[in-house]
Amino acid sequence: MSKLQALAGNVMNWVDDRFPATKMYKEHLSEYYAPKNFNFWYFFGSLALLVLVIQIVTGIFLTMNYKPDGNLIPGTNVSVAFMSVEYIMRDVAGGWLIRYMHSTGASMFFVVVYLHMFRGLIYGSYKQPRELIWIFGMLIFLCLMAEAFLGYLLPWGQMSFWGAQVIVNLFASIPVIGPDLSVWIRGDFVVSDATLNRFFALHVIAVPLVLLALVVAHIVALHEVGSNNPDGVEIKKNKDPKTGIPLDGIPFHPYYTVKDILGVAVFLVAFSYVVFFAPEMGGFFLEYPNFDPADPLKTPAHIAPVWYFTPFYAILRAIPSFLGTQVWGVIGMGAAVVIIAFLPWLDRSPVKSIRYRGRNFKIALVLFIISFICLGILGAKPATNLRTILSQVFSVIYFGFFLFMPLYTKNDVGTTPVPARTTDTNTQRQIGFAVYALLAVLGAFVFGKLV
Amino acid sequence: MTNQVDNSKRRFLTLATGAVGGVAVVGVATPFIASFFPSERAKAAGAPVEVDISKLEPGQKIDVEWRGKPVWVVNRTKEMLDNMAKIEGQLTDPNSDGSDQPEYAKNKTRARADKANVLVALGVCTHLGCSPTFRPDLAPADLGPEWVGGFYCPCHGSKFDLAGRVYSGVPAPKNLDIPPYKYVSEGVLLVGEDK
Repeated sequence: MSKLQALAGNVMNWVDDRFPATKMYKEHLSEYYAPKNFNFWYFFGSLALLVLVIQIVTGIFLTMNYKPDGNLIPGTNVSVAFMSVEYIMRDVAGGWLIRYMHSTGASMFFVVVYLHMFRGLIYGSYKQPRELIWIFGMLIFLCLMAEAFLGYLLPWGQMSFWGAQVIVNLFASIPVIGPDLSVWIRGDFVVSDATLNRFFALHVIAVPLVLLALVVAHIVALHEVGSNNPDGVEIKKNKDPKTGIPLDGIPFHPYYTVKDILGVAVFLVAFSYVVFFAPEMGGFFLEYPNFDPADPLKTPAHIAPVWYFTPFYAILRAIPSFLGTQVWGVIGMGAAVVIIAFLPWLDRSPVKSIRYRGRNFKIALVLFIISFICLGILGAKPATNLRTILSQVFSVIYFGFFLFMPLYTKNDVGTTPVPARTTDTNTQRQIGFAVYALLAVLGAFVFGKLV
Repeated sequence: MTNQVDNSKRRFLTLATGAVGGVAVVGVATPFIASFFPSERAKAAGAPVEVDISKLEPGQKIDVEWRGKPVWVVNRTKEMLDNMAKIEGQLTDPNSDGSDQPEYAKNKTRARADKANVLVALGVCTHLGCSPTFRPDLAPADLGPEWVGGFYCPCHGSKFDLAGRVYSGVPAPKNLDIPPYKYVSEGVLLVGEDK
């Protein structure tokens, strides 16, 4: 051993006596044994972490030039906040790139997280003993929604202003305390500079701190119980009697760090394509009315949330007002998010993975996917009678998937028994997946055109 | 002095400390929660606005900003007022019993009797606060052949007549609010004050 290596070893020993650096490295990387049969669905957890880092870094640099000031520049109809975003886009070196990374990152965060959650759904990753991981994950999802909503006000464009106006007024529909609550949230009787300032504070410091703490809790809980896998078998049940290492487990580093780097590379290609060639994504990532400065006297012709909120927005619009209040729609929208957190207790199936589930769950899941995608499409379009009825039908299916789950998953097992050890994938499954994915994309396209 | 630990005393002290600490937490939280309410400056804003309506032609509408919200002033023609009476059956609250307006505007035209043709209304939808669009055109393609002019909210499709009265079967629960207003002279309107 060279002198240098000996020195490095001594330094490490010195640190380890004072901080468990090597211990943590082993626990979470070099001796964290993950199942060896991860497929591509398992990229999205690490990708979510990557997008979080992108959002934090680009966000820090944006705050260096952004001004949360809703007051008008004297002699104009444009606010200081709106102009500071234009300033970033036009005058700050690299500013446009940083902002497009941040705005694209917001949408990509939801792409990645929705796929990550879907993975949990099909492989039963929320089931015992991983209920708390799922709960932490749902709290992270709530934080993300809050971050997206709060951040969307900051450019102070037409969509920022009127979107916040509508969402804050949702709270006003709560009986008795509603009107005062909405004033308390805005800090004014209208969406104003006071609202912008507090949304900025919450967006850049309060919610991110909570988000980071929850991400740590999510990962600590995961590493305590170990990862699930596409077969839904517990690899800790089959350990090497001599070493105590799971027979179907491989150390996270280097095996999955290397695998995840491949995922990162592919993801960054797609991410960069959007950033450089389609940052607006046809109005889905950045809505066109938001290029107009906020005008409190004029509502844009069509108000729609950004795509990731549209399924829940469609549910909100689908529920009519009755008994003299329209709080029901608000409750429905909230329930649509919260109910996902109860999956660990709604799902009574004895098996985790969809590979070994029976027909009931598979049919229910297909209906759920259809309803979620169609609600998303309906929520992005202006309401008509037909679309409202369709939204109501899909809302019923959406809630039915969760509420009837205890009944239809009970004793719902497939013909193939759950294996004792993990299995490799096969061509039949891969082709099946490709067909389903293609059907979903085509179906969504056709539905969007027809409706 | 004994070495015996008095557990009940310890429990009492722990609880008492916790309770007193809890009160302190509530006390400390108060200014932070209070700071979210509108500041004194925000409460003080909202002075009345003077509007010159002498040049407002029949059928025309102007927007005025009052307390950060749009206020519409519409000079309604005789024909508009006549048409309004015809569609009363389609309204939720034609007599404005469950809506907010000053006493002098609680009538069919929802305006002061001396200038019943001039509508002064808060242009904020009573559903979720969007500002509806002025649609004085008769029977446009998108609003149907029975449309006699009114206001249409682009957000969630609520419809109001030219007195700001809401149609039935739309999300908005009540008529548009009428702010307090008065005429300081023949052609000058004051929005926000009626005394």
